[in-house]
Amino acid sequence: MTQQVYYVTRSSHAARVAAILGAVVLIVLIAAPWWAGRADLRLMGELFLYLALASLWNLMAGYAGLVSVGQQAYVGFGGYMLFALTMFAGLPPGLAIGLAGVLGAFIAVPTALLIFRLRGAYFAIGTWVVAEVFRLSFAQVSSLGGGSGSSLPVGIVKSLASSRSAREYLSYWLALGVAVLVVAAVYLFLRSRKGLALTAIRDNELAAASLGIDIWRTKFLVYIATAALTSVVGALIFLQKLRISPDAAFSVNDWTAFVIFIVVIGGIGTIEGPIIGTLIFFALRETLADLGTIYLLVLGLVAIVVMLKAPKGVWGLIRTRFDLQLFPLGYRVLQNDEQKGA
Amino acid sequence: MTTFLKLENLSKAFGAVKVADDLSFALARGEALGIIGPNGAGKTSMFNLITGTLSPNSGKVFFDGRDMTSLNAAQRCRAGMARSFQVPQPFSGMTVFENAMIAATQAAGLRGREAEQSCLKVLDQTGLLSKSNTTAGNLTLLERKRLELTRALCANPKLLLLDEIAGGLTEAECASLVQTIKDIHASGVSVIWIEHVVHALLAVVDRLIVIDFGRKIAEGEPQTIMESPEVQEIYLGIEVDA
Repeated sequence: MTQQVYYVTRSSHAARVAAILGAVVLIVLIAAPWWAGRADLRLMGELFLYLALASLWNLMAGYAGLVSVGQQAYVGFGGYMLFALTMFAGLPPGLAIGLAGVLGAFIAVPTALLIFRLRGAYFAIGTWVVAEVFRLSFAQVSSLGGGSGSSLPVGIVKSLASSRSAREYLSYWLALGVAVLVVAAVYLFLRSRKGLALTAIRDNELAAASLGIDIWRTKFLVYIATAALTSVVGALIFLQKLRISPDAAFSVNDWTAFVIFIVVIGGIGTIEGPIIGTLIFFALRETLADLGTIYLLVLGLVAIVVMLKAPKGVWGLIRTRFDLQLFPLGYRVLQNDEQKGA
Repeated sequence: MTTFLKLENLSKAFGAVKVADDLSFALARGEALGIIGPNGAGKTSMFNLITGTLSPNSGKVFFDGRDMTSLNAAQRCRAGMARSFQVPQPFSGMTVFENAMIAATQAAGLRGREAEQSCLKVLDQTGLLSKSNTTAGNLTLLERKRLELTRALCANPKLLLLDEIAGGLTEAECASLVQTIKDIHASGVSVIWIEHVVHALLAVVDRLIVIDFGRKIAEGEPQTIMESPEVQEIYLGIEVDA
């Protein structure tokens, strides 16, 4: 039988090299407090949180086809839960961050049941409306500062760590940790049986359904999981900022527009895309920050050029050119060398 | 033989266009049934109604002793039916092998090495093994049609629904396709096959149904049907674009 000569592998040379390089980079990043300045640490912490947001949005929009422009709902919700749970329930911040994720999942269930009735552009608008409802609701809570917001009390901040630099290190490591957690979770999920089903949905819903894949349930689970993790990231973002207000927490610009930009220029529907996109976004932001509003114009221009010239993003270009996959999700069928000549 | 699939007075209309008009028939377990009819007769719509891609305006579908009418396509697939699409619907960003793996893991419920081996076996059978690592979006139309068959087979169905898979093949390719389907049928799988390439169809099926304007206009033993005046009339000129 011919197939005896063939075998299936999920790894590749490029992926093994990428894994080793990734491990080295990770060790260097963990050690950053010993080699980077205070400003650099802050910037990298912010970068990791954006990477986590972008990876989550990519899983939802790029794979499950749920193009949400309302993920700021969960960023803000997570942030507010951190404040509420530490201030009113007296929970330690670490526990509050985890619980923010659980509560994010809970609130996402009725939200999903509502907005999953909408399709395409209507779904996108629906998610935005939900985010606005969240913003207006939190602006009504006077114990959280209402429309003007509130700061995290000094006592809670001090409970993280006594010295300022220790707090900054902790906040950096938490950001790095959540980014690694999100990317690893997305990778492991996509490699699993359910992840294969989700990738099939990405490519063709009609065929996916006729091969036994429950499209609604798969999308629902992705939406809930994404909401939970986005809430955790939101809690970490406002742990870094130490101050929250409805406008900052539910900003469509900061937590959705930039995230979409990152995913689109990096390469939607791939794990590598959001990573490259985050690096490009921060490189642009840091070099163009002095230009004021022109910076936003340049971002828009870059997005338009990428969408026209490389609709699959920078990673899409690299992948088609070199047939690379740094996160080995796929399967390769190879011929057994000893028997090939026979 | 016991009834395996039964369509009971199925009707479906899009506005004034009736794609199924009071359609009823039964398929016995292990039977191979051929469906013929002119283009636009409602053959593919009938598959959509059987597999749950379309829901009927009235009528019922029974499969393997269960009422399928209110189940969606995924549930019906898991109950044991798999189809190929007339217009190929590949997972275009995935390789041929990964396309097969979707069917083996999601529809047939296989895992790990077992799923991989099953895919390799089917790919060998359908002649796509050498294309395993090709991205499905880069396949030619003929290869995409073979991928449709591959995926349907990897789903390991009890009922296989094939929608025009023989068009455009050379004589030799067609003969090997016929042999593949004969083997599948011989292993106990029930088959319903829509096909314009009549000689391929007649080599496999036990019975023929003729459909036109969403209605069943003839049903019976293949040779008798092919010689009947209704079919002769419909098929004059149809063979050309087969």
